[in-house]
Amino acid sequence: MKNDRRVYIVSGGVTKFAKAHPEMDFRLMVKKAFDYAMADVPSLSKKDIDRSRISYFSDHFTRQLKAASMVQDYLGLNPKDSRRIEWGGATGGQCIQAGWETIASGRSDVCLVAGFETMSRVETWKGNEFIALASDTNFDYPVGGFYTGYYALMVQRHIYEFLRKTRFYNIKDEKTAQRVATKEAMRIMAMVSVKNHTNALHNPYAQYPAKATLKSSLKGEMIAYPLNRPSICAMSDGAAVLILASEDVAYKYTDNPVLIKGVGCGTDTMRLADRPREHVPLLPWENEKDYENLDYPGVHSFRAGRTAALEAYQHAGITNPKKELSFIELHDAYASSEIQTYEDLGLCRYGEGYDFVEQGHPFLKNMDYGFELKDKGTIPVNPSGGLIACGHPVGATGIMQGVFAFWQLQNSIKKHFGSEKLQIKDAKRGLIHSHAGTGSSVTVSVLEAARRG
Amino acid sequence: MKEIKRSGAAIFSSKDGGENLVIAYPYKIDYIHSYAEDSEFFLGLAKGKLLGSACKKCNLKYGTPRGHCMRCGEETRWMELPLEGRVHSWTTCYFGSEEFLKETPFNLVLVEFQGVNTPFLSRLANAKTQDIYIGMKVKAQFRKNPKYSVSDVYFVPAPEPGRLAHEQRRR
Repeated sequence: MKNDRRVYIVSGGVTKFAKAHPEMDFRLMVKKAFDYAMADVPSLSKKDIDRSRISYFSDHFTRQLKAASMVQDYLGLNPKDSRRIEWGGATGGQCIQAGWETIASGRSDVCLVAGFETMSRVETWKGNEFIALASDTNFDYPVGGFYTGYYALMVQRHIYEFLRKTRFYNIKDEKTAQRVATKEAMRIMAMVSVKNHTNALHNPYAQYPAKATLKSSLKGEMIAYPLNRPSICAMSDGAAVLILASEDVAYKYTDNPVLIKGVGCGTDTMRLADRPREHVPLLPWENEKDYENLDYPGVHSFRAGRTAALEAYQHAGITNPKKELSFIELHDAYASSEIQTYEDLGLCRYGEGYDFVEQGHPFLKNMDYGFELKDKGTIPVNPSGGLIACGHPVGATGIMQGVFAFWQLQNSIKKHFGSEKLQIKDAKRGLIHSHAGTGSSVTVSVLEAARRG
Repeated sequence: MKEIKRSGAAIFSSKDGGENLVIAYPYKIDYIHSYAEDSEFFLGLAKGKLLGSACKKCNLKYGTPRGHCMRCGEETRWMELPLEGRVHSWTTCYFGSEEFLKETPFNLVLVEFQGVNTPFLSRLANAKTQDIYIGMKVKAQFRKNPKYSVSDVYFVPAPEPGRLAHEQRRR
């Protein structure tokens, strides 16, 4: 990534995520998010936008091929360059990076990044089927294709590697030890669920804000053991947009843009079964010795996430993410994958994700969650409420994270949320993480406040 | 928003007095799906054989076959897998995709085989959630009337003489 031009975010907009928006189709949803973003930078006019990158995940949900072209059309951006971006659950994150590349390469000065999904067009169980078609349809899908099932398989192994073998190593009976470890993990996943639902109480765009407690979260309906409903994101209708601009023009439109400081991307096998058993790609402060007996990534960790983080940190010049980042918006489709992702991103070592939650690091300092936390809020994760509480209209999700992170770094949460409860004081740098499949594709982008004057 | 009518279509009235019409739109497809280079595996199931594959060059052994090696790119050869293995990870699904809803609850397992580098995703029948654990010994069973689907094979608990063997480590 030599000689790339600096790329800034100058504006953003997002629709309220909802189970269904029968009053708006995908074109109108994007239009509303777009108009909001345009209104926030009055000096920018539509003619200044020279290209667009538009993302949605599934033609099955939309039942409209070339839906991105219809968005381009509805926004009145024809005949300018545009393309559709699709990358499973990481569609939104990839779309932001596609916009970044377009400007960094010198091909564009102002690029619209827009994403949407209309998942309400089918019932939930049909939606599960469409999503499961994003697994190998020869070997995985026909066994009982269900993404929550796949993530349950992954977290069960994670619990085995990192709780059963550590906290409960002294329990001799294997089955008992595994049961106790899983119960412990469920309690810790419930803490993550409480965090995200509670944070979302102050986010007017969130689909499922809730006054959740550990007890209510643990009582939720079991979907795929050990994952229950409160620890899983829902399907949604929604749209989100960001407007990106080059270093040459960004400050013409706002004195408070946000710099896309680093981008990274990683991949892994489509089938869980194919995941290699090798060594951890190390972050600067980790040692081979830390992971001597760990087969990596196996099915318990996300090598794509680690790879994306390594690249983004290097690009952004970050050596200690926990110290150098003010907050993180990550792809918590499941409370389990939020915990697994802390480790991929190097917020703690592999195996320390559960301790990281219990100690309180990813919580917000000024929020009451109903339990005591020792090191509360050292690096808030999903201050917006994440996917678990905001919803997951796939093609919009990664861009939604970008919009919330942009507002955090602009220090404009109060303006956009109507309350500054979720504003992280003096937020300087944030990270957004977008994740697809069973961890087959991940993007990580590092954003930095760049206010002038 | 209030739903005021449903008879093949529904009309939702919105706050401003407008109406949004929602219709049902059926969509059915029969795909002509070739298993192509994976065909041998599915033909094997019908004969009571569970096939993996091994790289002709580096000999990496796949518990779920693939035509070419992900490590060195060489072609693989077919290889019969043992019909007994151990649970590498597992879950019980209480909800799922429309196609499998009527089968819930069902158990999913990743099965690992001795001397094979990667596991295989399957169902575990005849086992209750409280009885399943990582390391549990399981054996393959084959559907009597094959449907030429990966679900022609499934696993059941296998008797385990002596103490519990812990997971097999492989690299």
